[in-house]
Amino acid sequence: MVDSIVDIKTTTKADKVSTNQIKIQVKHFNFYYDTVQALKNIQMDIRMNTVVGIIGPSGCGKSTFLRCFNRMNDTINGIRYEGVIEIDGRNIFDKTLDVVDLRREVGMVFQKSNPFPKSIFENVAYGLKINGIKDQNFIAERVEYSLRGAALWDEVKDRLNKSAFALSGGQQQRLCIARALAVEPEVLLLDEPASALDPIATAKVEELIHELKKKYTILIVTHNMQQAARVSDYTAFFMMGELKEYDVTNKIFTNPKEKITEDYVTGRFG
Amino acid sequence: MKNKNVTQFIGFMFLRLCIVLVIGALCIILYDIFSKGLPAISWEFLTESPKKGMTEGGIWPAIVGTFFVTVITALLSIPLGMGCAIYLNEYAKDGKLTRLIRMSIRNLSGVPSIVYGLFGVVLFVQMMHLDTCILSSGLTLGLMTLPWTITASEEALKSVPQSYRDGSLALGATKWQSIQTNVLPYAVPGMLTGTILGLARAAGETAPILFTGAAFFLPFLPKNWSDQFMALPYHLYIMSTQHHAIAEVRPLAYGTALVLIVLVFLMNLAAIIARYKLRKIRLE
Ligand SMILES: Nc1ncnc2c1ncn2[C@@H]1O[C@H](COP(=O)(O)OP(=O)(O)OP(=O)(O)O)[C@@H](O)[C@H]1O
Ligand SMILES: [Mg+2]
Repeated sequence: MVDSIVDIKTTTKADKVSTNQIKIQVKHFNFYYDTVQALKNIQMDIRMNTVVGIIGPSGCGKSTFLRCFNRMNDTINGIRYEGVIEIDGRNIFDKTLDVVDLRREVGMVFQKSNPFPKSIFENVAYGLKINGIKDQNFIAERVEYSLRGAALWDEVKDRLNKSAFALSGGQQQRLCIARALAVEPEVLLLDEPASALDPIATAKVEELIHELKKKYTILIVTHNMQQAARVSDYTAFFMMGELKEYDVTNKIFTNPKEKITEDYVTGRFG
Repeated sequence: MKNKNVTQFIGFMFLRLCIVLVIGALCIILYDIFSKGLPAISWEFLTESPKKGMTEGGIWPAIVGTFFVTVITALLSIPLGMGCAIYLNEYAKDGKLTRLIRMSIRNLSGVPSIVYGLFGVVLFVQMMHLDTCILSSGLTLGLMTLPWTITASEEALKSVPQSYRDGSLALGATKWQSIQTNVLPYAVPGMLTGTILGLARAAGETAPILFTGAAFFLPFLPKNWSDQFMALPYHLYIMSTQHHAIAEVRPLAYGTALVLIVLVFLMNLAAIIARYKLRKIRLE
């Protein structure tokens, strides 16, 4: 199953993506929750307009890693990190950097979908409003554009003013994607965006990711190997806080360097 | 099997008895006050001053005094209490100091009201030279209600899921924007309910206003924050324990008690309505 999917999209892609310039660099990065080290000496270059799939067993630090890029871990007490993460050559932990600006540029969809208790429209418009946009026409346009982008528009266009809580779990997840798209970030962090979706909605989200990478650089955590193979250009395999292997997706799924990677992606793991 | 059911039956009976006892006692008190207080209620009773050594006339000055003193209590305790709660719950790092402060606040809410009364005399009346007046009493009651307001407000803030805060921060909101737009709207109903309940209790307190501004009898209405005032709970206290003809004024005392109870009840009702209205808005 895995192999056949990978085969379809072999060769061409790897050459194409490698011409893109580097958007994000992670250098000797360590992360600690109090005394527990959750990420160990991570090194990683991420090219612009590519999709990086992040895979690995539960608890290996995928979410922790993702939350470093928009510094959402800062809200947790007792965390500590060492090393550097550069976006466009700028260290995001630099003291002169405004974390609010960083989060505008690095959008995130959380592992647990978290719509706000507002209307569907207000959910998507939220990011625009807090960023000081008042032009109602512009907001309405952008809301439609984002909802279309998240493949949700047709399902909700007649009830934009209804509560977001009335949506199904999968619709809520896509609403959260739309909400992140509305502020037009440069980097998108997706933490298992399709974990609550049915196959059709999953296909829509994957299609969406393909579309989005023309404009954004995307990091996506997934537990679904086929999905990682389908949507990502590069794949990073994490285990117990270490980056075991990071390469072109095709390579990871067909000819990984490490034995453990092969065991994991073929499901022989544990 | 049988045994278990018997135990359950006894257990439920006991719980039922508890609730019957509590409600029964409450009903007896209410019945007593309503049956003896209602005959005293009349338009004159509500709108006139006490007359002839308080053996006749009404309680209008006491109603006015209680109203004004409660307004001052609210002006002090609502903004300050909510502000403290927001700081403690949203900004303060969860360290030893924060925990100590929080524990002190919880303990303060158990301090007897007479202690607040004495404290008010020293702080407001003597040290700040405000003298005995509505302002001193209102501030004293405000201090007394602060621990309740802070605790209730903090509980309300805690009930807002962390994901609302994270979600808005991740969209580039500042911490204050996230609190303002995505936390407070959902916490304010709970904050208000707790606060109004605190105010209702303050409105019925005697000890804190006893030395700080409440007067035995005044022939005029308070016109200024620096005037002394009459208050319902204090008036009730005088009528039922200090008056020279206690038996004679008993009906008037019951009437006062009834008015006070209705007032407190109305405030609680307002809290419930405010909560209901605000909750509806947020779900739209
Ligand atoms: N707030 C926290 N405080 C302390 N430890 C944490 C915290 N969040 C995560 N951890 C620990 O850090 C490690 C990595 O967690 P993380 O959530 O990043 O895993 P994950 O790879 O995303 O797992 P999953 O696939 O189940 O989502 C785990 O051992 C977890 O227990
Ligand atoms: Mg995770």
